[in-house]
Amino acid sequence: MREPTLPTFQGFGLGLRPPHYQDFLAGEPQVDFVEVISENFMVRGGRPLHVLDAVRERYPVAMHGVSMSIGSADGVKLDYLKRLKQLADRVRPLWVSDHLCWTGVEGFNSHDLLPLPYTEDTLKTVCANIDRVQDVLERPLVLENPSSYLTFADDEMTEWGFLSEMCARTGCYLLLDINNIYVSGTNHGFSPEAYIAGVPAERVRQVHLAGHSAGRGLLIDTHDTPVPDPVWALYELASRRLGQVAVMIERDDDIPPLGELLSELEIARARANGVRGRGLAA
Amino acid sequence: MSLLDLQRGFRDYILSGAPEIGPRLGGDPAAGLAVYHHAYRAQLFAGLRDTFEKTWAWLGDEGFDAAARRHVEAHPPSSWTLGDYGEDFPATLNTLYPDDPEVAELAWLDWTLRRAFDGPNAEAISPEALAAVDWDTAVLTLVPTLKVGEVATNCAAIWGAIAEDQTPPAAEPLPQAAAIRVWRQTLSPQYRTIEAAEHHALSLVLAGEPFGGVCTTLSEGMDEAQASQLIGGLLASWIQDGLVCGAE
Repeated sequence: MREPTLPTFQGFGLGLRPPHYQDFLAGEPQVDFVEVISENFMVRGGRPLHVLDAVRERYPVAMHGVSMSIGSADGVKLDYLKRLKQLADRVRPLWVSDHLCWTGVEGFNSHDLLPLPYTEDTLKTVCANIDRVQDVLERPLVLENPSSYLTFADDEMTEWGFLSEMCARTGCYLLLDINNIYVSGTNHGFSPEAYIAGVPAERVRQVHLAGHSAGRGLLIDTHDTPVPDPVWALYELASRRLGQVAVMIERDDDIPPLGELLSELEIARARANGVRGRGLAA
Repeated sequence: MSLLDLQRGFRDYILSGAPEIGPRLGGDPAAGLAVYHHAYRAQLFAGLRDTFEKTWAWLGDEGFDAAARRHVEAHPPSSWTLGDYGEDFPATLNTLYPDDPEVAELAWLDWTLRRAFDGPNAEAISPEALAAVDWDTAVLTLVPTLKVGEVATNCAAIWGAIAEDQTPPAAEPLPQAAAIRVWRQTLSPQYRTIEAAEHHALSLVLAGEPFGGVCTTLSEGMDEAQASQLIGGLLASWIQDGLVCGAE
């Protein structure tokens, strides 16, 4: 079944992280939306859901998961999907997203975002899993491009070619992580610019901006630093192609005071407006 | 190789360093493989440190990390949520520290308080509802986050001191067997050391015994005034602590 169109949302937001709960409960941080890690709120009760309900009264919320394992060859787990749908029915989110990856197989869960070979065989598995997810959730799925540190001998297509075909076959949407494009491009020697030119822009509903660290011969997607210049440059390039999208600064470690992230978000807003301004002038 | 076989091979590499996946990878995969091998363990260590924060403080970095390493290598996670990881960590600590029972008891307390933190909601019984209860026949419903565990050491005092950034007392056995009840009152996880009589009473209530029957059992061997004082005191503390959410 072809999924219905997912409405766009234009705005600038932040991830809702525990060090900032009180800021969001006590004040009115100037963000257009917040993103929550779905699994942190797929709980029975207590403070997490109390906070989420209060925040949801003030802000649109995007749900972003890490455990769907859309690329698992043995399928997506129904008990997980039912819990996810319960949360989505409660939150009424802008959308539900996860990552193009697998996290485990046959009862093992690595709690890491593991890479997939980009082959027709994988595409069939991923698309079948997406169809099932969209049926159970009764809403379109949004998938994020991952950072990766490996490629496979059997790779038959580029990551952006895989994403394009995946969207065409399932009607799903994309969360474009600009930092992940930069990290994987550097690690695997592909052109981030070609990636941005190659994704189906009309399917992109959200953008992540984040920082990374240098490991031994590889960039690592650590989400613990401000957005670096090369990622800002790619973001400007992407902004020229994308329509209305929700843009977010994603910080998961060494989380600074909220004010610092709000300042960084203003940079994202200014850079997007600058690109639009130049586009109009041209 | 099918995707399923490839994922099995990748899993085996992460868990045990099995090299069969190597030929399926592109370029020079050594550095990339090392990233995934490390990230799996780092994530689980971080999860254990987060859940068992007071146990970590008690053991120190070296002791805790050694125990975490042993646990992670022996217990690959299966749940979709990292929050479920570590339920059997107290058992691992019990094996590693057979002469220091406070270690596993601290870990049990850490784990159970964390479970109470985001466990199911339940409304404490209202004063109006209390007034209408027939106490002889009523069966009490206690909040679903309530858990009771037997302890042999002063783990609760150690936990409390660490939580308040004070120097914890030396571990020592309790003069007599006791238990700790853990629950959540509104949004706040709580714990309290309880004596044998309360432990017995809670066990009966949790087994569905009507309150009249609980009173009869507890009163055995006591005079009426003693029994009345004991039972009245227990019920009052349960109500005050928000443990009772129904009495019908």
